[in-house]
Amino acid sequence: MAQVARNRRGGNDWLREALPKLVLSPSLAMVLIFVYGFIIFTFYLSFTDSRILPSFDLVGWENYSKLFRIRAWDTAITNLLIFGSLYIVICCALGLALAILLDQKIRAEGFIRTIYLYPMALSFIVTGTAWKWFLDPGIGLQAVIRSWGWESFTFDWIKDGDMAIYTIVIAAVWQTSGFVMAMFLAGLRGIDNEVLKAAQIDGASNFALYRRIVIPQLRPAFMSAFVVLAHMAIKSYDLVIALTGGGPGTSTEVPATFMYSYTFTRNQMGIGAASATIMLMAIAAIMVPYIYSELREKS
Amino acid sequence: MSSNATATVVRTGAGSRFVIYTLLALFCLYYLLPLYVMVVNSLKPLSEIQAGGMMALPDVWTLAPWKSAWSTAQIGVEATGLRPFFWNSIVMVVPAVAISTVLGALNGYVLTKWRFRGDTIIFGLLLFGCFIPFQMVLIPMARMLGLVGLAGTVPGLVFVHLVYGIGFSTLYFRNYYQQFPTELVRAAMIDGAGFFTIFRRIMLPSSGPIAVVCVIWQFTNIWNDFLFGASFSDFDSQPMTVALNNLVQSSTGVKEYNVHFAGAIMAALPTLLVYIVAGRYFVRGLMAGSVKG
Amino acid sequence: MHKYFGGKTALAAAFLATAGMAQAADVEVLHWWTSGGEASALNVLKDDLSGQDIGWQDMPVAGGGGTQAMTVLRARVTSGNPPTAVQMLGFDITDWAKEGALANLNDIAEEGGWNDVVPAALQKFSTYDGQWVAAPVNVHSTNWVWANKAIMDELGLEEPQTWNEFVAALQAAKDAGYVALAHGGQAWQEATFFDGVVLAVGGPEFYQASMIDLDAEALGSDQMKEVFDRMATLRSFVDDNFSGRDWNLATAMVINKEAAFQLMGDWAKGEFLNAGKVPGEDFLCFRFPGSQDQVTFNSDQFAMFSQGEGVSDEQAALANAIMSPEFQIAFNKVKGSVPARTDLDASELDACGQRAYEDFKAADASGNLLGSMGHGHANPASVKNAMYDVITAHFNGEFDSATAVEELVTAVDISK
Repeated sequence: MAQVARNRRGGNDWLREALPKLVLSPSLAMVLIFVYGFIIFTFYLSFTDSRILPSFDLVGWENYSKLFRIRAWDTAITNLLIFGSLYIVICCALGLALAILLDQKIRAEGFIRTIYLYPMALSFIVTGTAWKWFLDPGIGLQAVIRSWGWESFTFDWIKDGDMAIYTIVIAAVWQTSGFVMAMFLAGLRGIDNEVLKAAQIDGASNFALYRRIVIPQLRPAFMSAFVVLAHMAIKSYDLVIALTGGGPGTSTEVPATFMYSYTFTRNQMGIGAASATIMLMAIAAIMVPYIYSELREKS
Repeated sequence: MSSNATATVVRTGAGSRFVIYTLLALFCLYYLLPLYVMVVNSLKPLSEIQAGGMMALPDVWTLAPWKSAWSTAQIGVEATGLRPFFWNSIVMVVPAVAISTVLGALNGYVLTKWRFRGDTIIFGLLLFGCFIPFQMVLIPMARMLGLVGLAGTVPGLVFVHLVYGIGFSTLYFRNYYQQFPTELVRAAMIDGAGFFTIFRRIMLPSSGPIAVVCVIWQFTNIWNDFLFGASFSDFDSQPMTVALNNLVQSSTGVKEYNVHFAGAIMAALPTLLVYIVAGRYFVRGLMAGSVKG
Repeated sequence: MHKYFGGKTALAAAFLATAGMAQAADVEVLHWWTSGGEASALNVLKDDLSGQDIGWQDMPVAGGGGTQAMTVLRARVTSGNPPTAVQMLGFDITDWAKEGALANLNDIAEEGGWNDVVPAALQKFSTYDGQWVAAPVNVHSTNWVWANKAIMDELGLEEPQTWNEFVAALQAAKDAGYVALAHGGQAWQEATFFDGVVLAVGGPEFYQASMIDLDAEALGSDQMKEVFDRMATLRSFVDDNFSGRDWNLATAMVINKEAAFQLMGDWAKGEFLNAGKVPGEDFLCFRFPGSQDQVTFNSDQFAMFSQGEGVSDEQAALANAIMSPEFQIAFNKVKGSVPARTDLDASELDACGQRAYEDFKAADASGNLLGSMGHGHANPASVKNAMYDVITAHFNGEFDSATAVEELVTAVDISK
């Protein structure tokens, strides 16, 4: 297309050709320095004896060998796998369902949309307390339902080391599924109605309409949702601290809390950097093939 | 209802509409429940909370916790409430959101409509950047800000949020513009329209829904950020979240839960306002005529 | 000569090199005292300084018992914009002094005679390499038991003097349908138990060897297994609903007569007083049975960040104000802790406070004043947290006492 424009205009060739790249270059430069530069820095730190501040004294693989002797790291990885997969799947399913329901010419759509979205607005510093109370068997849901007469009702996951991670999923889904709904809704609103009308005239059922035409067109929205959710899952720190503080015991430790704790609370920045490096490599192993396949198909 | 030509053309019968409304209402309950706990407890005296019954309605209704959180609660040495910190947050959030949204839209436009060799790799690089753990960024970023003299300043804080927000805003716009018919852009080029003219006249007018998503995301994240806000601000530019955190996390003092909840809801009001105002642009087809290729 | 460039490593030095640009005539103070009582106590300090025309720039960052503030501090120092003075605990002071970032307060200490009035156990943290680097504000002690007097009277219980008496008292409370031990399941709260139990099992020598000197033999000894067994015994007196509960909610259980006892530091007193309870009448405070003669402490101190030219006049004024008898009394009266100097008249403190001050002075005189492991005054942050991991995992039943002892030895080894 640039070809066409150039033929018509002639002059200012270089600028016209370079303008898009110029527009993109500040973002690229920022990311190269402040993301990739820092990743290299972190990688380097993971081989040093850094404690309270960064240090340049190399210690080889010591931080990595220590890292894998720490029990909490195993727990953190397992929890991330459980939490991350449940969280992403439930949020996507719920978000899509709500978006489709809300796209049916609903009265008061704006009002309902705001209700679904508002949890995003609240900082988990305090919402965590509300959830903690709600989930606490002594004062929350269990106590209320029992007081209504259902004496045997039990909901004490947050106090149970094996189940506590699922309460984090419940609260996390509550917080972000509304936003995922908004992303899908934006995608739905970007779809051309003409195609749908044509298919309807051909007698396609509503279900077929969504499965065959609408949902495939939402692929880019799915990708956005996946990236956002994966990012939230990996970085969820506030949520875990506010809800369980990593407990009972160390049963809800996740990599983000682990990294923070070793880098800042425990003054073992070297081990913190090693855990960050491993996390980044694991993320790369999952995200790069996915991003690659998504982008390739379109080009 | 027919005047509101926003939703899908898919038709549903009366019976299924009843089911849809019921489902939507049930989910409203799920989302509102924690807010109920917060609102109810923010309207009680502390003694009622300490006595238990955290789900119950107040026996004595009081607005005192709200007044306290706003103007008299202890944040530091001064009992100022959250009021003075609102402005600090707004000064930081508004430019950061505006710049990152505009940059994201331009990036998305370039990456979908002015493609060049290697653009996919650049997008991949921007995208993967979203995943860097902030814990590891803190120390080198502090050093960088110190070197360029932005340590402890609002522009420094805006810059940090811009850097780590750009990946997402680019992602949203790129994936949205991908659905946008390229033929329209091509036709405009043939007519001699330039890079920015096409962006302003053709792309922007139909970007409403995704701009809402992007603004909501950026506003929420930056407004609620604690780690950067606490680390890169100065005593006179501490944002709202740091103040809220000081209110809530006081170490060995008495925990005034009612004031905490009031403060939390208050701190979320600007974000809610953005959701409501921006939500208006969630309407499809502002430029529907020109989109149909 | 400052140690900026003689710090541990070249990079650390580079990171610190631009420190020292704060405005003259004002002090910027990074702290995490944001509750009403604490802040009004700090106001005493602020007013004192403003009397000398020194402005106070407030930089509060609460959360995690100071860990948030320490994270912020690292960013501030790295960016070359350190606060003038910073509230710090125990080993953090030593760590920053090692990096050469703290100002030398020797002249002021000399003038004020700090060497004579501050106990040696505190000086271990206030000084580094023979130099005063911090001014201590208060001393909290952590091996306290808080009891609901009405329950004790009702069950005819006396203040328990030994471990066995304490277990009997707990059992009596449990049998009577009360929660015997109010507890919040957070690692630091369990570590607070641990302080007292280690002392009660092995006395101060064992505490010194295992918690402070980190002697592998002491850590892996049978006595340590006994410590874990007793932790398991305490666990059996806690209600089912304990995990994640904040300490003040546990205190509320004692206040509301739902629970008989709580093991918590002296800051719990504020909760009782705030609820209108009277020490000695409504509630009792006594040392963890078996550790009556010992005091495990933690101490908040203010460290001064070097401003290039050594100590500034403002920092000197701040340090002097902190160590003044008036401030020490006024602050500790509201904070629930005791003054950090041993030469004051404590008559203004309440019953529990006076008792604590006497205990503190006696423990200092007899060498029984020991840094609290649970609160970062026995060993560095890395070791402390490694111990937390084991203690809390054992307390939550993830493994038995024998395994816990093995885990403790390994964890300390990895983190040293």
